[in-house]
Amino acid sequence: MKRHQYRTDALIEVLHVAQEVFGYLEEEVLTHVAHGLKLPLSKVYGVATFYHLFSLKPSGVHSCVVCLGTACYVKGSGQILDGLRAELGVEVGETTADGQVSLTVARCLGACGIAPAIVLDGAVLGKLDAAAAIAQVQALAPSS
Amino acid sequence: MELQTLHQIASTERARQKPVRLHCCTSSGCRTAAALEIIDELQGAIAQQHLQDRVEVVGVGCMGFCGRGPLVEVDPQGVLYEAVQPQQAASIVEALGGGTAQALPGDTDHPFFTRQLRVVREYSGKIDPERIEEYIAVGGYEALYRALYEMTPAQVVEEISRSGLRGRGGGGYPTGLKWATVAKMPGDQKYIICNGDEGDPGAFMDRSILESDPHLVLEGMAIAGYAVGANHGYIYVRAEYPLAIDRLQRGIQQAKKYGLLGSQIFDSPFDFKIDIRIGAGAFVCGEETALIQSIEGGRGNPVPRPPYPAEKGLYRCPTLINNVETLANVTAILRRGADWYSSIGTATSKGTKIFALTGKVRNNGLIEVPMGITLREIVEDMGGGVPSGEVKAIQTGGPSGGCIPKPLLDTPVDYDSLRAVGSMMGSGGMVVMDQHTSMVEIAQFYMDFCREETCGKCVPCRTGTVQLYALLTQLLDGQATAADLAQLEALCHLVRDTSLCGLGQTAPNPVLSTLQYFWEEYEALLVPPAYLNGPELPQEVQRSCPDVPAG
Repeated sequence: MKRHQYRTDALIEVLHVAQEVFGYLEEEVLTHVAHGLKLPLSKVYGVATFYHLFSLKPSGVHSCVVCLGTACYVKGSGQILDGLRAELGVEVGETTADGQVSLTVARCLGACGIAPAIVLDGAVLGKLDAAAAIAQVQALAPSS
Repeated sequence: MELQTLHQIASTERARQKPVRLHCCTSSGCRTAAALEIIDELQGAIAQQHLQDRVEVVGVGCMGFCGRGPLVEVDPQGVLYEAVQPQQAASIVEALGGGTAQALPGDTDHPFFTRQLRVVREYSGKIDPERIEEYIAVGGYEALYRALYEMTPAQVVEEISRSGLRGRGGGGYPTGLKWATVAKMPGDQKYIICNGDEGDPGAFMDRSILESDPHLVLEGMAIAGYAVGANHGYIYVRAEYPLAIDRLQRGIQQAKKYGLLGSQIFDSPFDFKIDIRIGAGAFVCGEETALIQSIEGGRGNPVPRPPYPAEKGLYRCPTLINNVETLANVTAILRRGADWYSSIGTATSKGTKIFALTGKVRNNGLIEVPMGITLREIVEDMGGGVPSGEVKAIQTGGPSGGCIPKPLLDTPVDYDSLRAVGSMMGSGGMVVMDQHTSMVEIAQFYMDFCREETCGKCVPCRTGTVQLYALLTQLLDGQATAADLAQLEALCHLVRDTSLCGLGQTAPNPVLSTLQYFWEEYEALLVPPAYLNGPELPQEVQRSCPDVPAG
């Protein structure tokens, strides 16, 4: 907040950093930001809930993002998602019971040349199928 | 910074560069496939074979053949290697002295390469995007100098207008006209916004430009600022593009260091500073008024226009908003002239367009082609055709566009021709579909996207996308009747005609376009009318009904 001179229009930038630092935006964090930028909590909450990349729930140790962009979809990312949902036993936006893996989707990562693609802990992996994707996730988090 | 100094930097850089350069693509796609490892291996091999004086490895931007990465190109010979593996590095370096490398050669005579006209992407994949000196060495920032010292702002606007450049984000609005409008607005404070919120799934042209040649966009923005009277620019980049953000930040810092951005550029009275703003995962923020809300730190809710941003935009000041690719065309137009630019393309669509060719096609990647080229040339010649079957449809324009069926493959690619067949140019995503693709599922896919991304402000879009998605799902579940299908079509028109912003207005396009060209697929999913499965009707009634099959 200081780096942006406490300007209210830096709210999104601030929330990005907050999420990086704390892992997710819980109410205490939102309140702290609201105080710092002198904004109503409702406004901060409104922005935090509007944008897909902000999460108000804790996420798993590992994150798995399946790209559902058109190119990936046409090349079968839907099947990859179904396979992962079945294997991990979670729906999109949820974390496995042991807190290891969070499953989310993205609408396009811009990696269409290597479709279908997923992002595992920040690393983009391309040209997968359901079995290969499951294998990659299991390599990261064997228990799930 | 004087022009002489700029030229000196250029010649120093050219002298520094070794005679043979191994270009290694380090854009997001190739990077995730071991590009950095390959660079290390190549450097090691060069050292081992004692070629450091003659050969260097350069991490460059996107070469476009994304489906076959990682890519390595030998410059100036022009030899291309595709799907390179780190262990092939030594062999590639050995082959410089003659002989063949144990690596897969790329076919640089293939139409995928030869049919391209690289105006914006001229130096993508040729220069190191992380060193401003390389950009200067190929003539970078000279256009800005010329604008500041040899042209008046009005002359710059005139040149852009004469070039015929139209908005490359999808709208196709005449760029010169937009610049002229902002230039005429009264006010001391004006802004330039570069829209880098490339949200169409399947499109990555802007990501490539920002990662491969960031200074091209920075220079374009500065020229725009001079032309319309703005001293402050913002680049709004989606958060999903961390490498682009990094390269832009680096670029801005390096330009400031040389006095090419900031105060008194080239020792002239013109100041221009650029800030980066990051998105947070909202497709609607690509809409210009929503984008402005987002830069101001709020929810991305579009607002009614007029007033247009040109009149009242960021912080209620006149604002020029242009797409990344649009701005990336500016320096070429100033350097080579509006006459040259308008000689490319068709009567109403000038210049080139970058497309992200993806889907069921052999050659996946980025191509820059002159307007007016046909879809057939792109998909069959450049794309190499469909690997396991035939083309069924080409989708252009993302969630705002439509599907163009095989019989219309000879449609030329330009703003007006694509509109005429029920689609649109869009930002450049071009997805090829084959006979295995269900067009109703595609319509549902795009509607799902719009339903997720609607900002929720206006009723037609907020509720319309939900209902349209529900109807499409009902169809695919085999639960819909002809009445439902009629309602689907009617609702599409309602949402299109009454939504507040472009997201809602164009959300029905994929449905309407597939209804137009693939009606049989919709019809095949319908539940047959009740009376065919219901209680027996009296014979006379049955015989007289035209819908009941004879016998």
